[in-house]
Amino acid sequence: MSTSVFAPRSGSRNKQRSNFELYGWLFMRVSGIILIFLVLGHLFIMNILDGGVQRINFAFVAGRWSSPFWQIWDLSMLWLALLHGGNGMRTIINDYAERDQTRFWLKMLLYVSTAFIIGLGTLVIFTFDASIG
Amino acid sequence: MSVKTPGFSLRATPIGTLYRGGEGMWTWVLHRITGVSVFFFLFVHVLDTALVRVSPAAYDEIIATYKTPIVNLLEVGLVGAVLFHAFNGVRIILIDFWSKGPRYQRQMTWVIAAIWLLVMIPGIYFMMIHTIDALFGSTS
Ligand code: HEM
Repeated sequence: MSTSVFAPRSGSRNKQRSNFELYGWLFMRVSGIILIFLVLGHLFIMNILDGGVQRINFAFVAGRWSSPFWQIWDLSMLWLALLHGGNGMRTIINDYAERDQTRFWLKMLLYVSTAFIIGLGTLVIFTFDASIG
Repeated sequence: MSVKTPGFSLRATPIGTLYRGGEGMWTWVLHRITGVSVFFFLFVHVLDTALVRVSPAAYDEIIATYKTPIVNLLEVGLVGAVLFHAFNGVRIILIDFWSKGPRYQRQMTWVIAAIWLLVMIPGIYFMMIHTIDALFGSTS
């Protein structure tokens, strides 16, 4: 059985080259390293330290978000995790969705829903009001 | 998948490839599955946390579900998935950037498996202490 392989760096797809995929690849690695601290720290504090999830309630959140330190922590974690995960999902869609139409619409769904969740999370952190009770 | 090629036989893990067969392939599969699972959980988690903008009662009610035995067990699974993804992410980064990374990728797989177990065993204990107590509870 013989298969023909296109010569590398030929064909219409390569006419306009961009470094987008390279930056995406690098972003996965840089954000991954930062997420180790943010996410594992978050999981340790929320699930293990001092009684874990059993002690979490509205008052606990209010206490944490009264400090800019935890606000910035959670905001960075939100943006980095969703952009990292969203970019990873984009790769996976590109890998498995073979029809152009399917791939396009799956990615649109991904971008819109990811932007919505980032926006919602950001809004919640910035507008949190401990006195609504 | 078995490939029969006349004349020579294929090793289970061919030399010089990272992703075809063996540890390299299965860690890739697991990295993908854990990445997708954590991504979907994150959507749900931002939505449940957003209830702090609705009312303290609404938030406390949703958080109460996290304290039930079944969801507690799911959380243990989630932590296990994140830990694998994070440790294997470090392995991927070392394969890419450390000159000896590709040569030691298999050994690194067993190192991350060992670290995972070392973290998970006490982790499971501390995460489930309350559930175990509630289910089989001694009253002490
Ligand atoms: C905790 C620290 C984390 C590290 C060190 C890490 C590291 C990585 C690395 C190195 C990649 C590989 C990219 C590539 O092969 O080009 C990756 C892929 C991915 N990550 Fe993470 N990640 C972390 C957290 C997360 C989180 C929180 C999510 C979910 C929101 C996530 C979702 C994904 C997805 C969906 C992929 C794509 C998988 C694939 O293409 O097979 N990761 N991660």
